[in-house]
Amino acid sequence: MTALVVDDNMVNRTIHHQLLDNLGIENVAVGNGKEAVDIHCSGKAFDLILMDMDMPIMNGIEATRKLREMGIRSMIAGVSTRSMEQEIREFIEAGLDDYQEKPLTVSKLISIIRKIN
Amino acid sequence: MNQMAIAALKNQYKSFVQSMFDEGVLDNQFSQLQDLQDSSNPNFVDEVITLFCNDAERIITEMNRYLNYQNVDFSKLDSHVHQLKGSSSSIGAHRLKLACVNLRQASYERNKEECVEAFNSIRHEYCLLRSKFQFLMQIERRIVALENNQQ
Repeated sequence: MTALVVDDNMVNRTIHHQLLDNLGIENVAVGNGKEAVDIHCSGKAFDLILMDMDMPIMNGIEATRKLREMGIRSMIAGVSTRSMEQEIREFIEAGLDDYQEKPLTVSKLISIIRKIN
Repeated sequence: MNQMAIAALKNQYKSFVQSMFDEGVLDNQFSQLQDLQDSSNPNFVDEVITLFCNDAERIITEMNRYLNYQNVDFSKLDSHVHQLKGSSSSIGAHRLKLACVNLRQASYERNKEECVEAFNSIRHEYCLLRSKFQFLMQIERRIVALENNQQ
């Protein structure tokens, strides 16, 4: 299984990368939605995308929408500090398969991965 | 002798972390971070703490700059607080996270005076956290140095 971490915060990228590593999931981390789209345009594919919501250049909502328009069928899990329904509704409607509130933990990540399997 | 010194340092490390939990400085998310450290990544906690502190200081400097303007750009201020709240939450910095929540609220209300007060609280909580982290990492490095000497 492979994963893409999309988060503009380096602390979060480091933690999410290690969480995935410890579960034996090969992963790559990028810093915003545009880089997530670009890496897919370069031909790479991932089983799982952990997508932050608030990012500069291209946020998680735009990136998710764009990836779905490109025909990307990977599991996209939104991971954000937002908790209000109206805040995350647009994110979900952009094409998420799952949403988890940060901080991301091992148990939250396992519940995301179970949905892929 | 080394074994005893290592055991004593490990106890000191454990007690100090517990005191940080008891004071509410850290929450369970820090334990999650510690659980991610293993023999293949023995410096993980140190690495994340360093990243966090560098990032937090950059953000706090920026927030201070915005608050010193006569007309505060609350939107930009909020964007920075959101960042700091996010990384505080991820590392388990509980009191710092709560201080960020207060500044977000003051920023949302566009109340400059309350923003300044909340910002001062953030600065205080960060300085406290940083000094405790520095002490913790000193103990950890001594443990690693002693364990490496043994091998």
